[in-house]
Amino acid sequence: MSDDKVDKTDTGTVATRRNFLRNFGVGAAGAAAATIPTPSPAWDGLTFREAFDEFFRKHYKKMSPEEIERTLTRIERRAKRRFGVDIDCKNTPAQEGVVFGYAINLSACKGYRDCVSACVKENNVGRDSQVQYIRVLEMDRGNMNLEESEHYYDPETVPVEGKYYLPVQCMQCDDAPCVKACPVEATWTEPDGIVVVDYDWCIGCRYCMTACPYWARHFNWTEPQIPPEELNTDTHYLGNRPRPRGVVEKCHFCTQRTREGRQPACMEACPTGARVFGNLLDPDSEIRYVLENKTVFRLKEDLGTEPKFWYYTD
Amino acid sequence: MIRFFFDAFRSMFSGDRNYWLWLTFLGAVFALGCLNYAQQLQHGLVVTGLSDQVSWGFYISNFAFLVGIAAAAVLLVIPAYIFERKDIKGVVLLGEGIAVAAVIMAMLFVVVDLGRPERIWHMIPLIGRLNFPLSLLAWDVVVLSGYLLLNLAIPFYILYSKYRGVEPRLDLYFPFVVLAIVWAISIHTVTAFLFSANPARPYWHTALLGPRFIASAFVSGPALMIVIFQVMRKITAFQVKQSVIDLLALIMTFALQINLFFVIAELFTDFYNEGAHSASIRYLFLGLHGFGSLAPWIWIALTFNVIAVIILTIHPLRRKMLTLNIACVLSFVGIWIEKGMGLVVPGFIPTPLGEIFEYSPTSVELAVSLGIWALGLLIFTLLAKLVMAVEQERIHRPAS
Repeated sequence: MSDDKVDKTDTGTVATRRNFLRNFGVGAAGAAAATIPTPSPAWDGLTFREAFDEFFRKHYKKMSPEEIERTLTRIERRAKRRFGVDIDCKNTPAQEGVVFGYAINLSACKGYRDCVSACVKENNVGRDSQVQYIRVLEMDRGNMNLEESEHYYDPETVPVEGKYYLPVQCMQCDDAPCVKACPVEATWTEPDGIVVVDYDWCIGCRYCMTACPYWARHFNWTEPQIPPEELNTDTHYLGNRPRPRGVVEKCHFCTQRTREGRQPACMEACPTGARVFGNLLDPDSEIRYVLENKTVFRLKEDLGTEPKFWYYTD
Repeated sequence: MIRFFFDAFRSMFSGDRNYWLWLTFLGAVFALGCLNYAQQLQHGLVVTGLSDQVSWGFYISNFAFLVGIAAAAVLLVIPAYIFERKDIKGVVLLGEGIAVAAVIMAMLFVVVDLGRPERIWHMIPLIGRLNFPLSLLAWDVVVLSGYLLLNLAIPFYILYSKYRGVEPRLDLYFPFVVLAIVWAISIHTVTAFLFSANPARPYWHTALLGPRFIASAFVSGPALMIVIFQVMRKITAFQVKQSVIDLLALIMTFALQINLFFVIAELFTDFYNEGAHSASIRYLFLGLHGFGSLAPWIWIALTFNVIAVIILTIHPLRRKMLTLNIACVLSFVGIWIEKGMGLVVPGFIPTPLGEIFEYSPTSVELAVSLGIWALGLLIFTLLAKLVMAVEQERIHRPAS
């Protein structure tokens, strides 16, 4: 257990969180975590106290900084037990004056689906389940009827003559129907405009999946399987931390990256530069340039959900 | 009061050999359901036929149907308490028993559909976080639990009064009866709104869904009651008057006529100018891009309902018990398909991104559902036994 502790304090991001906590004067909670005795298998690898805490935890928005810290530690221990890997689970808050938006240049997208595979890896999405946050639809030119789109085209042969490619993922709607639908407020819109899910609060009723017009929400029908060596250890509580079975997950604009000023994984992976991500409140951002200078449109805009995701062409 | 519960319990579990055989049979089916649910708990919802594409199926179909059965109890409550019909008053407690059993079944169908049933307490206000009034599912939790309480409290008061040999005080329980009437309509309206609230699902996103739900509930509910009352007439000393059955049959006739009219209105609107909004209904009735596994079912349902409405509309046929019973069975099954799988599943096909992925329930889903139905029947049997015992004054407070 003590090795574990040393390893963690070596990584910069963990230290950030501990500093954050120290500012709140609750370093004791972190120290206590290191001295917890070996957990018994009866409590799913956790100590009784942890298992009890986990079951009777409060809603995320009601938790004190100490409780959040305990929760993050628990998540890290659980991942260690499940995958044998030390992960770092952050709780980076939304930055002030930032609302994220996304735009895709349909003239540039060639349907390679590098965004899809990068997303799966980055976000610790189950490999067997075939869950993918991004769907790239192959469409006939001259047609925007989604019903005639091809979901399972071969990315090795693209681009195909007479086709264009339409990537769809969570549009982080400003008036999100999924958020309204959730009976227990397990999903909400963060101040930076990202619609997040608390995987530890979700009851798995799947009403949000019913409400979503973009088919952006996915359910863990079984325990997500990820090879330990492929686990992304840089995780966020509201983002890519390992998920349990029986809960809903979705694209969260790579919370673990974008809240630290990095690009989302799908944008970084795109070989054609079709993706533009940025702060909608920053008048000098590239996304604002696109919105102000290109002819943009939004998918199913008529449903009134105010998606923060635009498409444009050259 | 403890004595009442003791006597009630004793009367519920005393009966002849056939009664015990019936209880054992229901218990066994329920146990089978539990075993299958244990499988589902162990392996997750992957043991169902559900997918990201069709994320609700057989469980939620039964849920939608059973809320209708529960709401239909109001058809006995109104004439019994508001119009003071003596004949109906004799059976109204049975109607409320059906409501209790149906609400419990409906709630269980939602619980077995949850990916994380152990977190259900997150719905309890104060310790959890119920998203009321924004979430329609939160509304459904509120109205269903309220309806269950009302349908337990009113009959309990009446039975307990009779048990003590005093007349129930109308001024005491009447306000709650009025509340229960409004509440009955609300549970099914809210359940319809749960579906119609989704612009993402054009098949459900119609103002007609609420009225359709109520109309079809007033078919399936009376159909079930008519059959149950006749069975009780046959096997118990409890005599349900023919006038009760006549009234229910008449209500059912109007309701089924209206329901079929609604179906026609829906079909016309969707098919006259066919657009993207019609994809689901085309899938349901005719099949879409070569997929159409639900089509035979909906045509069976439609055929059943049409035969039933013909029988019911022709007076001599409706008055004849044999043909009336045929109409009851046909329309009960017809509505179960129409409002169950025929409503829930096509909402998901095609997906909002146009993908067609079909669904059929697995044996686990079927067994769990059977188990819940058996439990519902068991609850109703026990409640009916108690009602009969009190009404026939077989149990009462011993004179002190």
